[in-house]
Amino acid sequence: MAYYQNIFTQVQVRPLVPEQGVPVATENRIGRPFNSYLAGLFGNSQIGPIYGGYIGILSGVCFLIAFEIVGLNMLASVNWDPVQFVRQLPWLALEPPRPEYGLKILPPLNKGGWWLIAGFFLTTSILLWWVRMYRRARALKIGTHVPWAFASAIWLYLVLGFIRPILMGSWSEAVPFGIFPHLDWTAAFSLRYGNLFYNPFHMLSIAFLYGSTLLFAMHGATILATSRYGAEREIDQIVSRGTATERAALFWRWTMGFNATMESIHRWAWWFAVLTTLTGGIGIILTGTVVDNWYLWAVKHGVAPSYPQVFGPVTDPLGASGATP
Amino acid sequence: MKSLLVVAGVVVAAFLTIAQFGTAGWSFPPIAAQQHGFRGTGMDQIQTKREAVALKDANQAPAPADPADAGGDKAGTTYQNVQVLKDLSTEQFNRVMTSMTEWVAPEQGCTYCHNTENMASDDLYQKKVARRMLQMTQYINTNWKEKHVNGSGVTCYTCHRGQPVPKNIWFENPGLTAKGLTQPRNNGQNMASPDVGLASLPYDTLTEYLGKKDVNENAIRVNATTALPEGKGKPIQEAEKTYGLMMHMSQSLGVNCTYCHNTRAISQWSQSTPQRTTAWYGIRMVRALNGDYLEPLKGTFPPNRLGPTGDVPKVGCGTCHNGQPKPLNGAHVIDAYPELAKATASAADAKPAPASPPADAPK
Repeated sequence: MAYYQNIFTQVQVRPLVPEQGVPVATENRIGRPFNSYLAGLFGNSQIGPIYGGYIGILSGVCFLIAFEIVGLNMLASVNWDPVQFVRQLPWLALEPPRPEYGLKILPPLNKGGWWLIAGFFLTTSILLWWVRMYRRARALKIGTHVPWAFASAIWLYLVLGFIRPILMGSWSEAVPFGIFPHLDWTAAFSLRYGNLFYNPFHMLSIAFLYGSTLLFAMHGATILATSRYGAEREIDQIVSRGTATERAALFWRWTMGFNATMESIHRWAWWFAVLTTLTGGIGIILTGTVVDNWYLWAVKHGVAPSYPQVFGPVTDPLGASGATP
Repeated sequence: MKSLLVVAGVVVAAFLTIAQFGTAGWSFPPIAAQQHGFRGTGMDQIQTKREAVALKDANQAPAPADPADAGGDKAGTTYQNVQVLKDLSTEQFNRVMTSMTEWVAPEQGCTYCHNTENMASDDLYQKKVARRMLQMTQYINTNWKEKHVNGSGVTCYTCHRGQPVPKNIWFENPGLTAKGLTQPRNNGQNMASPDVGLASLPYDTLTEYLGKKDVNENAIRVNATTALPEGKGKPIQEAEKTYGLMMHMSQSLGVNCTYCHNTRAISQWSQSTPQRTTAWYGIRMVRALNGDYLEPLKGTFPPNRLGPTGDVPKVGCGTCHNGQPKPLNGAHVIDAYPELAKATASAADAKPAPASPPADAPK
């Protein structure tokens, strides 16, 4: 029993000669492959060969530049004090320009200019990595599902840091680069726009996000549970059902009356994951641009329920004297 | 390799397990949750029972001094240079002085404010500050009775708690500029500041919202009043500032957001609790105290009592509240001290003490 419930991979396959993979048109593999016990606990024990290629290297360089700019700005914000840098690292950030700079291409460097430069290099790095992924998928003559799923995540990233700020007319609307600061930004964003939970695309995004985890748990558990009957060859079993598939299917029909197939479960999983960031990005792009207060929007459209007032009437002390609530 | 990994893994796991017990600041049950709004709205105040008892014990109001005879000579005729409480009887006056010593300087005694060779002398800056603070106490108990302090009122002890300098005061926070940076980076945020609950929110938000009197009434409000945009709204940075102020209020009162707000629609007054109104006036009160009573003492305080930018110590919500929604467990501390509950000084006396720089002030 314990064999199947171990959190680590139990079988490490180590070929005598490292596997080079199938031959493809563009051969550009770097490094002598070797086996790692540690890597084998989590995945395949073989490390490499890796595909280099100028796009990948360019992407790596761009990422490093962005990483350095963010890190050095964090260091500058604690007055170049290495101790404070380590102590306060989770609090530090590189902030976007102040609202008064609007969409200015290059405000003073220490007032958001660095943020724009770092953002440019990070975005370039991410887009180049996408191109690399797409080209590698084509080179192997496999489908492009992975790059398109990645593109969905890039969509949310671009909406947050590029598209929405442009629609709002100010870089200051973008997210800071920092650990706690981007979380505080997220909370402040929801507070500013009257509670993002009332944003229907936010609702969808959450449903797909949580749905993804549920599907992942159900699928992972099903395959592990039936792997003693050969379920790890799940793709084989899409067309040629073995007893593992039959048992897995029956298990779900027994417990919930319906079952996915070895093919459909992967389509479900892919779409749930992709729709999480796709709908999330739509929700963000609508916020502030076409909806300014999601709670009031939800009231207007009958989404938000009303609760009985348990206190006496509480009114705005500023009353109707031109106050905002 | 394999056994080394196992050993390393076990060591790390053991270290993290031990570390989390000592460092994570857990709240152990039993939990005391108090429902504060309609069911299903999540409006609960949550404390552990142990914390609740400890907080209550740490905030006991002191027993008031025995009442004094109202007859006899007035303090203003018995003593010289009595400005605020001159209409009290001598005995009543001495009672207040004794109580003030207990409240503010129990260890230092009368000499904290008075030159014992000439009790009437205003030599010590503490005496001038104390006189202004008496006026401030009277101002709070009269002008803010209905709006904020209600039946509880305040005495010196509400803030001072036996300390000459109250524990929860605040200063302007220039960030790291004092150490050589010419201007704060990052819009004045992203430093672990206790003033904003150790979040990375703007750390000098108190200066902007509580530091002075004439603040735009809508400055704290960041939400749109309409579902759809009708003009330019406030930027996220303003929301972060407001959030920082709210963290200060939450920490100061030991309550969470739902003590005042229904967090599904945090700006809606009709769904808020009556406490929000009290807090709204509290913000105005604090601004008035800082603007009218603390700021004018700038020249009276010696430099070592001033903040990093040379600003006076200032009042925030926590100065009185000290982690409780009602200071001193809501005790009606003012009942035994009616002389502090009304303004006894004329308007002319209400001016701050003349700002004479202390002898050791840098020229």
